Order: sequence, then C-alpha cells, then structure tokens
Amino acid sequence: MLTPEGDFDARSRAALATPALGRAVRGTVDRLRNLRAIAEADADLTRQRRAAATEARTRAIDKLPELLERFTRNCEARGGVVHRAPDAASATAIATSLLRKSGARRVVKGKSMVTEEIELNAALEGAGIEVTETDLGEWIIQLAGEKPSHIILPAIHKTRHDIRALFEKEGGTPLDASTTTLCAHARRRLRERFLAADAGISGANFAVAETGSIALFTNEGNGRLVTSLPRLHLVFLGMERLVENFADLAAMAEVLPRAATGQDLTSYFSIITGPRHRGELDGPEALHVIILDNGRSRLLEDVAFRPVLRCIRCAACLNVCPVYAEIGGHAYGGTYPGPIGAVLTPVLRPEEHAARELADASSLCAACSEACPVGIPLDELLILQRARNATLRPKRALRLALRIALSGLMGDKAHGTSRRLRFVAKVLGAGTPQRRALAKVLPMLARSEAVRALPVIPPQSFRELWKALQAGENTRAR
Amino acid sequence: MRVGLFVTCLVDQLRPSTGVAAVKLLRRLGVDVVFPETQGCCGQPALNTGDPELARKAARAQFRAFEDCDWIVTPSGSCTGMMRHHTPELFRDAPEAANAAHLAARTLEVSEFLEQVLRVKALPGRFDARVTWHGSCHGRRVARVGDSAERMLASIAGVQLVPLPRAEDCCGFGGSFAATFPELSAAMGATKCAHVDGTEAELLTGNDTGCLLHMESLFLKTGRKTQVRHWLEIAEEASRERAPC
Repeated sequence: MLTPEGDFDARSRAALATPALGRAVRGTVDRLRNLRAIAEADADLTRQRRAAATEARTRAIDKLPELLERFTRNCEARGGVVHRAPDAASATAIATSLLRKSGARRVVKGKSMVTEEIELNAALEGAGIEVTETDLGEWIIQLAGEKPSHIILPAIHKTRHDIRALFEKEGGTPLDASTTTLCAHARRRLRERFLAADAGISGANFAVAETGSIALFTNEGNGRLVTSLPRLHLVFLGMERLVENFADLAAMAEVLPRAATGQDLTSYFSIITGPRHRGELDGPEALHVIILDNGRSRLLEDVAFRPVLRCIRCAACLNVCPVYAEIGGHAYGGTYPGPIGAVLTPVLRPEEHAARELADASSLCAACSEACPVGIPLDELLILQRARNATLRPKRALRLALRIALSGLMGDKAHGTSRRLRFVAKVLGAGTPQRRALAKVLPMLARSEAVRALPVIPPQSFRELWKALQAGENTRAR
Repeated sequence: MRVGLFVTCLVDQLRPSTGVAAVKLLRRLGVDVVFPETQGCCGQPALNTGDPELARKAARAQFRAFEDCDWIVTPSGSCTGMMRHHTPELFRDAPEAANAAHLAARTLEVSEFLEQVLRVKALPGRFDARVTWHGSCHGRRVARVGDSAERMLASIAGVQLVPLPRAEDCCGFGGSFAATFPELSAAMGATKCAHVDGTEAELLTGNDTGCLLHMESLFLKTGRKTQVRHWLEIAEEASRERAPC
C-alpha cells in the first residue's frame, strides 16, 4: 500500500495546505539547481559525460544477468557472501536471520533507498533489533517517524526549527537552532551509537562486476563508520545497480555528484571489496550483500520501460520538477518521489491502482528528462503509463468529454462540432446560473473556480472570423 | 508557396484574436496564408490522457487537411511539438509513417517560419512596453523551438524584453493536468506569478495560449494588473500602419 492512504490528489492538497513545506522544498531545490548549473556549466563536457554514463548503464542493464553472476563470483572470491532476494519479505528475512545468527542487537545504518523500499527498519525493530539511521537527514526522519521526502535529502521538508524540536526531544536537553549546535548534537549522539553497534547496514550506489566491489558516494562520513566499525556489514543492493568495471564506475563518478548536489565529487568516495582481510587493520569480520529484485526483473522484460533501470538515484529530476517543488515527496506516497517515483512506482507495483495513478502526477513539462544524466525519457514513459492505465480503468468523465470533443473536431465535422462546443461553452459560461448549478454537481469545476478566474468565451470562434478575414475585412477579434 | 495556418483548438475557441493576428501579420509580410477548414486538434490532449488511438485519428485528419500546404504554421509551441515529435512516434512502423514524417517536416511555429523561411531579421513597427517571456515547456523541450519567438519579439522597436527568472519552469498548466489537480496547478502558477512580479513587466507574453490563459486566470483571480497577450498579437499590433501625424 502507498502511505499515507488516499490518492495523489488528496495527498498533494494536504501538502499545499502546509505553506512552510513548499517554502522549505522550493528553497532547497533552488539551491541545488544553482549548484548543478555551475557543475554542469560546460555544455559539451556535460554532454560527453552523460553519454558515457548512459552507455555504461545501458550496457550493464543489457547484460545484467551475466554481470550479477560475475559480481557474485568476484565478491565471494574476496570473502563476501551474496544473497538474492526476490521480494521485500525475503530481503528482510535474510537480514534478520543474519543479524540473529551473529547475535547482533544494535545496528547502525547508512543511507539506503532500497532499505526504505523494503521497510527494513520496521522488520528489524519487530525482531527486537535496535536500528539507528546515521545519515543526518535520515536520522531526523527516523526521529520524526516519517519516510524520506527526497531521494538524497530525506528531510528536505523540515525546517531547522522542526529539527531542533526533534533533537531536544531525543536528547532531553534544550538546544538552539543553529547549524553548528544541531550538527554537534547529532555527531555526539550518533558517535555513541557507532561505538556500540554490532552491525552496520548500508546501501550501495554501484556494484562493480569485475572486482565484486561496492561503491559508496557520501558526504557526511557516516558511511565509512557504518561500513568499517561494526563486526558485521550488510549491504543492500538494488539488482540493477551494477557497472561492468572500474572504467564504468569512473563514468558514474563523473555524473552522479554533479547531477545530485552539484559537486565535482562527493566528500567521501568509498570502494569496498570484501570484509577485512588477513593483515588489514579495519573493516568488518563478515560482509554480506543482499541483492533485491522486488519487481526489477519484470522491468527488465518490459522493453519500453527498461531504460528506467538505468536510474542512478541522483534526484536531479526531483530538483527540477515544478510539481515536486510545490508538494515535496510525501505526496507521492511511495518510496521514490518526484518524476522518477511517478514512473517507477506504477511499474514496480502495477497491481495497485493508487500506484498506477501516479503517472498523472505530472504536467509533462519534460524538465525531468532534460535533467536526467542517464537519458531516461521520463515524460514519454509517463505518457506510455497513462495509455496502459487507460486500458485498465473505466473511462473517466474528463477522458470521455475529450473523446467526444476531439472526435468531432476533425475533418468535415469540425465546423459543426465547433459550433456545438461553443453553444455549450456559452450556456455554461463564467457567471451563468447554469454554470453555478453545474459546479454544485461537478466538484472539479468548483475546485477550479476557487483558484482561478475561468476564461470568458469570446463571441465568435476563429473559424467564424475566418470568413470575414477571407473577405479581407478588417475584423477585430475582441 | 502555400502556407496553411493551424490555428489550434485553444486559439480557435478561446482566443481567436491570436489567430487573427497571425493571419494579418503574415499578410503584411507578404504571405497569403490559408486556413484549411477541415483541420482539427493535433491530438495532444488525447495522447496525454492515455488515448493514443484517438491521437492517431486526430493526426490522420490533420494529414488530409494540410495535404496541399507547403508549410503548416501554428501559434503554439506545444502543438508544434505534438506534430513534429509525437505524431511520427505514434505512426512509427505504421503504413502512414510517411504521412506523419511529411506533416512533421512542414510544421513550424510562426516565429520559426518568420526566421527560417521568410528570413525576417526584424519585425516592422513599434510597440512600447516592458515585456517578459514565458515560452511553453513543450515548445522548448519537445518541439525545440529555441529562441526564435523571443528574437522576433525583441526585434520590434520599443519592446523592452526583461528576462523571466526560472523561465524554463512549467507554469502549471499542463492541459488535463490543470483540470485534474486544480490547486496544484494554481500553486505552480503562483510560483510563476511571483517570478513575473519580480520582473516588473507590464505584460507577460509567450507562444502557447494554454500557458497564457492559465497565467491570465491566476492574475485576474489575484487582482494583479499584469496584462497577458500572445506574442503574435504584440507583433501584429506593432505592424499596423499608423496615420501620419
């Protein structure tokens, strides 16, 4: 189920009713867009980098089964253990069982969207295991009992005052709302958790098939502590996040930080190959990689939607999306918000009506497709999903009305239809009693009238005016 | 050279003055523009609401209506995008693929026609106003119209074109999107309104009647005085011959 309950329409209206949310989100995505514009200022270089990244990701997806096998072989040759989880339940079961077997009671986590997707924290807590998110934004969200509202900035919708309140409650001491104080508080509290942790859980930005390595791009340093301090390290990897070799990983390093945060490179770039080997001072005693399918195989078979598997979760599409900027991520209801969420959620959960309907959550402005560093045609996939949805659901009033109007507005019927349309439009024109009556039975019309002044219907259509224009008269249209 | 005006549904029904302006401006520039009367919709609303079959039907009517035109000119970046990009996609591997390609190859947004075919460098006349420009997203990203309309507009004496911050952001219209999510559509428009306010322009213009009607409806609702007009109406008004004083 998508959470919270209800449809995108209801959730987006709820978000709009909280003006501070829109202000916080708009302000942050605006800053990220400015940073990305600087990082991608060289258009030719950006095009080359994107082409290289797109080629590497496309190739990886095209030979995914082979790369998964190579990754598994190479990872296990370096002492790691690889597990395949077909769905969320099996992924959480594998993790719970591994943690139980090693006697782990306290877990620290790095940022991972895959663990959000499978709702790992709830499963672990249900098994009596204490979980602490250590990415600052994720920790804030955990303390608030919420889900991330952005792929890389999970607490984008929170103001510093919200965060202070959460931290004061957690620590039991009064704090001021300055960045320095809040960060110092998080650092102090989280350090205690790192030192006490039995296991670390991380995601993976990429897995490298030729070496069996996993690669992490991070900015806070918590990723290194999570993956090296505790005695057990579990990695959650989305099945599609493979690259063939280190050259391809380099191509990713060229685009991911630039697209995500406008950085030339993140503060930390970690490549982890197996657990601690003999003679090494750091690292866990055991490393397990849990590879999650959860609908991805189905995407691999779906030729039209296959390009979605190229996604590197940079969130550039969220940052440029004018819909996302107004409502933030929770309104999308799924794990993945924004344009990529609107494309991915319906194909990952096609059996859920509310998930499929996310394809409508876009004005189709195509800013997302333009921002995508790996060339996913997000707007075109939304259009395609809408066509698939239309075959599954009864005709809605809007589509039916369109069908009638457009079918008539072509060929020899065009004139007659135009005349009839204008008759209807005049009868139902702004301010007429008929319109007021209609608005009472059509809530959408009333909702439209509440936010905008509906257009005044001009006395004549262009078709009618054309006669006069043809005769060369100096017709004034309005 | 036979030039057919594809007037678009929104202009035909809700803002015919834009179509009239297109005809008059083109005539003053020496083009005898025709209006093929069996023309209909480009099919974009059908495609975007999940009905590609209806979109194909609309496109077939367009193939016939504009069959004998050398050029199809239209005042909408969005409809240009539909006919130039989506229509060929809709008929890929279909018997009418050649018709679709032929339609696409002849379709130009009016400013593109002025620049690329008529080789107009500057439009005649004068129009004194502080103006800002909102180009439609489909014109920008699907039709890839580029800056031709802005260049044409800026070429008119007296037009002071002020850049709109975040001009590349959607205004929130999005066709059926505006009807399906009215509050969200208006919220996106409100962000756009605030950017327009910042330019202190007295007039907002653009190349898509959908965006412009949407913005106008929000200006009116919020009591703003900013005028909204299609750029062709500005260009036409500027080109009117004035009586010598």
